[in-house]
Amino acid sequence: MEQVAKAGIRDQSGLLAKLMIAPAILYVTAMIGFPFILAILYSLSDITTGDPTLRLVGMRNFRDILADSVFRLSLKNTFFFAIVSQVLVILLSRVVATALMKEFRGKWLARFLIMLPWTAPIALGTIGWLWMLDSIFSPFDWVFRWLGLLGTPGALLGPQTNLYWLGVPSLAMASVIIVHIWRILPLATVIQLAGLSSIPKDLLEAAEVDGATPWRRTLEITIPLTLPIVSIAFLFGLVFTFTDVTVVYVLTRGGPVHSTQVLSTWTFFKGIEGGDLAQGAAISLFLFPVLAGVAAMMLRMARKSEVV
Amino acid sequence: MTNVRKRLGRGGLYTLVGSFAFFGAFPFYWMLIATFKRDHDLFNPVANPFLFNEPPTLDHLRLLLFDTHFPTYLMNTFWVGSYVVVITLLAAVPAAYSLARWAGGWGETLGIGIFLTYLVPPTILFIPLSRFTAALGLQESLWSLILIYPTFTIPFCTWLLMGFFKTIPKDIEEQAMIDGHSRLGAMFWVVLPLGISGILTVVVFAFTLSMHEFIYALTFISVSAKKTVSIGVPTELVRGDVFQWGPLMAGALIASIPVAVVYTFFLDRFIAGFTMGAVK
Repeated sequence: MEQVAKAGIRDQSGLLAKLMIAPAILYVTAMIGFPFILAILYSLSDITTGDPTLRLVGMRNFRDILADSVFRLSLKNTFFFAIVSQVLVILLSRVVATALMKEFRGKWLARFLIMLPWTAPIALGTIGWLWMLDSIFSPFDWVFRWLGLLGTPGALLGPQTNLYWLGVPSLAMASVIIVHIWRILPLATVIQLAGLSSIPKDLLEAAEVDGATPWRRTLEITIPLTLPIVSIAFLFGLVFTFTDVTVVYVLTRGGPVHSTQVLSTWTFFKGIEGGDLAQGAAISLFLFPVLAGVAAMMLRMARKSEVV
Repeated sequence: MTNVRKRLGRGGLYTLVGSFAFFGAFPFYWMLIATFKRDHDLFNPVANPFLFNEPPTLDHLRLLLFDTHFPTYLMNTFWVGSYVVVITLLAAVPAAYSLARWAGGWGETLGIGIFLTYLVPPTILFIPLSRFTAALGLQESLWSLILIYPTFTIPFCTWLLMGFFKTIPKDIEEQAMIDGHSRLGAMFWVVLPLGISGILTVVVFAFTLSMHEFIYALTFISVSAKKTVSIGVPTELVRGDVFQWGPLMAGALIASIPVAVVYTFFLDRFIAGFTMGAVK
């Protein structure tokens, strides 16, 4: 008798479990899965905002965009910005995290200030940078002029009064990378902090007692033990910078002359502003192989950490 | 000797932390000072731009609050965020509980699967979704954002809540069921109150993530009075080609700081979700 009652509850639980998870699964399928398949269909069609009927045209869009030099440049830039910024972020975030592991007065304030670029809306933070990189009133230019590095004949950075941060391709690219670093550094720092604080203290102390130098302790204990979490910080940073629209859109809109154009902004300009939904979808799909790779790596790490 | 080294170490630490804090916060200082600078002072390439060279003014704030749609943007953002929070809770709380309690091995896999959809970027989705909203007649409507933002809040919040529910011992529910609660009743009256800190975290994140969102809002909304803060400030406070830097910086600062303060309080929990158990 008791057994039957138990089985009844268990059956009910199984049903409840499915009912309770259904809304989330439905939402995700309808609003992520279905549009994703539509994106693939669009990329094989000639759909535009003016003529939204779906006629398949094969690989024509992919041939067209691959022949387009702006697309190739934006593909290159996407990788370049994401990888350069994230390598620097990983190095810098280790430095910041090591410092924040120590106790000192005013730490909460330092932490709040260091985290600001991540906690404040990125579009608004980038607007601050836009004003800092202004062609005439940039404070960086003012400091260079003040130091005599700019604006006098024979000055190191040139005789002109301004550097035109967002008007010169190389400086515009550097600006985009710096803003990406600025934005992701806090996230990587807190992730690294979590990693550093998970290292058992007695392990480091034992190594110190055994005479291991700080270098050896870092190389043989800290780095191997925090590697999984550092990779997570790297992968997330990579995904965020790889797919980001906001920084480039607000700072340069891809200019000057497409020198900072990336896949996601080019998708927007082609697909939404230009109205060519099919080509836009095709461009955006070039992001997918990288994201799938990242997802696979994360899955593998999640599995591994479960085993440990 | 060690004392000297210790002092040097302290000095070095403060210099290091100080310079990174400066790097993080300088753009916000730059907004703050621009908010209160007179135009004549703001657009002066010669005078020291880091200080007030003329007495501060409230003109930019006045313009922002009374002559632009900025208050409307704040209200729009608030409504969108609130609805998104409600939808997220309705979908994520039961899903997370179900995954944490009943699902066993496949629960973990399904949970990771839901989490990974967080990695499918808006860049791939906004073009098909723009047809979706058009088909539903939601162009230029905040409802399009309310409908779409849960696509990134639900996966992440489900994952986060799953972790929270796992920390609540099963015995508590079993006891509640012995005391006469039904299975569902035990969840509702016993587990949810214990998971309230997790639910609060999710409320904060769903709200801040909707507030941070840029590209969907940029794609779906172009009528000024319907914009959220995130797109209204960068796109509307520009008259023609002229940036109104004073009000622009004031708007960016006012909308940034409160959300940053709240977010900071919950940051560690957010990160615990991010690291997916890579740290035990």
